[in-house]
Amino acid sequence: MNRLMLNKLILALSTASAVIGIGFLLWILTTLVVKGISSTHLSTFTHDLVDGGIRNLIVGQFTMALLATIIAVPLGLMAGIYLREYSQSPKLSATLRNLSDVMMSAPSIVIGVFVYALFVDPFGGYNGWAGSIALAIMMVPIIIGTTDNMLALVPQELREAGIALGGSKHKIILQIVLRAAKVGITTGILLSFARIIGETAPLLFTSANNQFFTMDMSGQFPSLTVSIYNLATYPDAASQDLAWAASFILTVIVLIINLGGRYLTRHKH
Amino acid sequence: MSTQPLSQFETTKETTEETTKQKDVMRVESLTYTYPGAPKPSLHAIDLPIRRNKITALIGPSGCGKSTLLRAMNRIHDLYPGNHYEGRILLATPEGREMEDILEIKKENDLIRLRQRVGMIFQKPTPFPMTIFENVAYGLKLSGMKNKSDIEERVVTALQGSAIWKETKDRLHESAMGLSGGQQQRLCIARAVALKPEVLLFDEPTSALDPISTGAIEELIAELKKEVSIAIVTHNMQQASRLSDYTAFMYIGDLIEYNKTSKIFLNPDQKLTEDYITGRFG
Repeated sequence: MNRLMLNKLILALSTASAVIGIGFLLWILTTLVVKGISSTHLSTFTHDLVDGGIRNLIVGQFTMALLATIIAVPLGLMAGIYLREYSQSPKLSATLRNLSDVMMSAPSIVIGVFVYALFVDPFGGYNGWAGSIALAIMMVPIIIGTTDNMLALVPQELREAGIALGGSKHKIILQIVLRAAKVGITTGILLSFARIIGETAPLLFTSANNQFFTMDMSGQFPSLTVSIYNLATYPDAASQDLAWAASFILTVIVLIINLGGRYLTRHKH
Repeated sequence: MSTQPLSQFETTKETTEETTKQKDVMRVESLTYTYPGAPKPSLHAIDLPIRRNKITALIGPSGCGKSTLLRAMNRIHDLYPGNHYEGRILLATPEGREMEDILEIKKENDLIRLRQRVGMIFQKPTPFPMTIFENVAYGLKLSGMKNKSDIEERVVTALQGSAIWKETKDRLHESAMGLSGGQQQRLCIARAVALKPEVLLFDEPTSALDPISTGAIEELIAELKKEVSIAIVTHNMQQASRLSDYTAFMYIGDLIEYNKTSKIFLNPDQKLTEDYITGRFG
């Protein structure tokens, strides 16, 4: 076979793979949009799951994700700052970075099981707090990674300039270095939020689900993703339509957060 | 430390009333410096005076230790723990009658005070991600100044004194990141000047700038020596000869020759200095 033939063959193969990949993605999106829009009504947003809407589910999902963010952001930020700014031992930081990366790729169902054993079983049943903790555990390594990487992009001269002006190390980190890395870190937090808002596995047996509107996190808590998981397997058309509507809305939410993150990165100044 | 300072740099305490101030604002004596984890010292028993209200240039090929020496003078090396100093670096007290050894400083608060007295300008402009006004006010606030009108006055004076007032007076509350490289560097000088330091250390302040910005910075440095004593590291021999009153030539961690700039450039004592100045190596 001559090299021109080989070139054409490889071109044809890679084009075909691209078309198949993108084709499937478009197929999923079109189905989602078509079925989602036709199943979404105004009442979908105004009623709770028990009345055939998803109002309580959206509120529940956001409540758990926001609480997870409140737990994970300070932990992740501080760990990232420690790794980049304070750690004196390259070995220790390398180990911590590796552990954090492993945590990031840990199967989310495993995190769910872990939280079940620690915060569900001993407390007598599914609860919203456990759901938030599971989501926070997923979020922490992502935030550590972004903080670490964004701080690494801040030129060392900026720290030295601060020290040379008579600043103490912690003041320079808080007032200058973090400010210089602000956009990157904010984007990272937004993207990690987008990542956890669509998670099902960590919530399946931590928060479980609730048909009714509730803000009481000590009991079963409404979850959009767990509901999609449940509704999609019900035999009746109404439940399945609601699953489509919920999936569509969830996708739109994740998309908006992602676009927001990208917008921030592009318009840094 | 019992090291005996070289007699040529030794200045005894003056007794007459008119000249109570020492003529050296700073004096490096037998300084040997080792970087964290390095097997050998990077500076070997350096002796160097920094004369009051004069410009002292440090020249030498890359890796000769001139930046290392400069960075010892405000102890910014201490940002990275594990380094080792031997010898003394004497700094005149604000009244100027006595000298204290800055290598004796242990507490962070005293190091902070030292850096307010010995300012530093870096190779790349390092504006903080804040407004032009805040950049200059930042060091003042760090030093404990609270009164807003005092801060404002000092900021304006510093910007005027650093030849950047005209370009910035209408945009004080815009981000400093929007300034050009040369303007940013002058802003960094203003930021250091605002603290009214006794010594300013310049670490190749124009090597990242175009010739016009370089000219502006050089003019500014020449003007600043009325107020403050200056040490400047430079790769640019013309800059050293144009700007400085004294020049120190360094080579692989040793100070080869120190003298008046005219003497170093016209008639150096050492063969090595002559070879470097005439461009035979380096």
